Amino acid sequence: MSETVIETRNLTKKYGDFVAVDNLNLRIQKGEVFGLLGPNGAGKTTTLLMLLGLSEPTAGEVRVLGLDPARQPLSVKARVGYLPDQIGFYDDLTARENLIYIAKLNGIPRHEIPGRVDDVLARVGLSDVADHRVRTFSRGMRQRLGLADVLIKRPQLIIMDEPTQGLDPELAQQFLRMIRDLKEEEITILISSHLLDQVQAVCDRVGLFHRGRMVLEGTVPELGRKVLGGAYRIRLRARGKEDAILEALQSLPGAVRAQRAASDLYEIEAESDVRSEAAAAVVKAGGKLFALDIEAQNLNDIYARYFEEVKHGPVA
Amino acid sequence: MARLHERERTPREREGSPWTGLGAVLAKEMADHLTSARMFILEILIVLTAVGTVYAALQGIRSGGQTKFLFLRLFTTAREPLPAFIGFLGFLVPLIAIAMAFDAINDEFNRRTISRVLAQPIYRDALLMGKFLAGLFTLAVVFSAIWLLIFGLGILGLGVPPTGEETARALWFLLVTIFYGGIWMSLAMTYSIIFRSPATAALASIATWLFFTVFWDMVVGLVVRLFQPAQVFSLEQALQLAQLELNLARFSPNTLFAEATIILLRPSVRSLGIVLPIQLDRALLGSPLPLSQSLVLIWPHLTGLIAVTILLFVVGYVLFQRREIRA
Ligand SMILES: Nc1ncnc2c1ncn2[C@@H]1O[C@H](COP(=O)(O)OP(=O)(O)O)[C@@H](O)[C@H]1O
Ligand SMILES: [Mg+2]
Repeated sequence: MSETVIETRNLTKKYGDFVAVDNLNLRIQKGEVFGLLGPNGAGKTTTLLMLLGLSEPTAGEVRVLGLDPARQPLSVKARVGYLPDQIGFYDDLTARENLIYIAKLNGIPRHEIPGRVDDVLARVGLSDVADHRVRTFSRGMRQRLGLADVLIKRPQLIIMDEPTQGLDPELAQQFLRMIRDLKEEEITILISSHLLDQVQAVCDRVGLFHRGRMVLEGTVPELGRKVLGGAYRIRLRARGKEDAILEALQSLPGAVRAQRAASDLYEIEAESDVRSEAAAAVVKAGGKLFALDIEAQNLNDIYARYFEEVKHGPVA
Repeated sequence: MARLHERERTPREREGSPWTGLGAVLAKEMADHLTSARMFILEILIVLTAVGTVYAALQGIRSGGQTKFLFLRLFTTAREPLPAFIGFLGFLVPLIAIAMAFDAINDEFNRRTISRVLAQPIYRDALLMGKFLAGLFTLAVVFSAIWLLIFGLGILGLGVPPTGEETARALWFLLVTIFYGGIWMSLAMTYSIIFRSPATAALASIATWLFFTVFWDMVVGLVVRLFQPAQVFSLEQALQLAQLELNLARFSPNTLFAEATIILLRPSVRSLGIVLPIQLDRALLGSPLPLSQSLVLIWPHLTGLIAVTILLFVVGYVLFQRREIRA
């Protein structure tokens, strides 16, 4: 059923003695949004460049859409859209002219080009400024033009390097929503970022990078469970008999721990999302429920906790 | 330094043609050149030069009383205080060629467009070749226009049309001029790969040009003096030394261009280098050489110019292939 779009086996890149990417084994399925996350210098960009055939691996194997980027670079680059970090355009050309050039480089038939250019400009909301020089564009507009630039070749896979860098939080969220919409079209997406919490929401699965190694991989809740123990943290406010409420919460199936944090504030750590069960339990114990919310898993916490454990824990 | 270890393995059988996308690069780069402010300034400069020198030459020709190869004299006649048009070409051609190529590659890095372009289904070959050919074609377009302008002025000023021979010689001269530009263009382009800063690349190109224009003759003089025997020497030795000096001088593209120019535009020049009185017997001085014979004389110059252009291009090509694309 599911096709593998990206597969690497012991992929390694060395710069002299420095190992930038260390025996990476990665497998991304069709239609997935995968986040390659980690701090600056972790080796994310290097990995992406090798996937595109722009940098030659020192060792190991890469398959992108079943092709070897080193031997079949043209086929790979015809099917893969790449949004580099700090994307640059020809400032003296208009948005449309920049896109036409890329369309021509992709060998898109001449008569199709105008239509496709209009299409992608509309999709990223730049139709109004299509004939303005890119020189006049803001950072956010450039980033959207970058997305248009990637979409014009109708890629099966999109690789984005730090797509939200330099955008203010609102623009970043807006841009991530655009990315998320692409998933509807069965496009596989690989995002690299050092802003863990910012992109975690759009990723189906993430891989956490540290010094050239992928140290953790999975869905965010999976990683939360693995690293933080109880994966869901639920907070609720309730009035009523405190002991009865606490007891009811503690005996919830799936709850790892429940405690009273303040006079009417309770915290539950659970293996699954037990919000509705918790609400029912409070009411049953004669309490009044005022607020209930779940604390999302935070990749920053997971990452930080993981390295604390690695440093202090028994496993090296 | 780590970049030294960055080595693309010898490309095994590569998929597809290295020229995929060449047309697109060529079209974009030519459009850039032809609309750029930089090119506009250079065009004004060269048009002014052409009009000025040709106007002066026309006056000289009218008062000179010569009747043969008048159109070729338009290029070569100097009239105080202006040098001849070919005198200007000696530095205008390198200037224009360098101005078009010194930021060819490093500018793509600095604007961060390089990774976007190379993420498209093309090889680096197409980008480099496209840029080079675009420069060469632009040069060809500009100089063809100048040649037409000069001929137009000539027809107006002299009142006669050019002969077939004159036209043919002028066209060959146009070709030599374009190839001469090709050398400086591939030099500047190679520097644009070596140096990250366009200003440094421009400076290095100008420095190289100055070296061959100003200092090469001195270097040749010094080398020849090294070979000069301390004792009184024979005529034969003197001839050998003179030949050595000439050969060394020909390492400079400027010498090649100057010699080829003279042979093409002054049909009465029958030989390059040292002419002994004994040789003059066979060739009546002043009787012009047919074009085919002139071409035989400058054939080595033409191939030399092209060979150096290709050599410089290959150096740049190899460096560019090894460069890590990380904008
Ligand atoms: N050309 C190069 N030569 C030497 N080291 C390099 C080169 N390019 C990148 N590196 C090093 O490789 C490491 C990984 O870089 P990169 O993949 O860009 O990290 P990220 O994208 O995760 O921030 C960094 O420590 C960087 O300094
Ligand atoms: Mg990076």
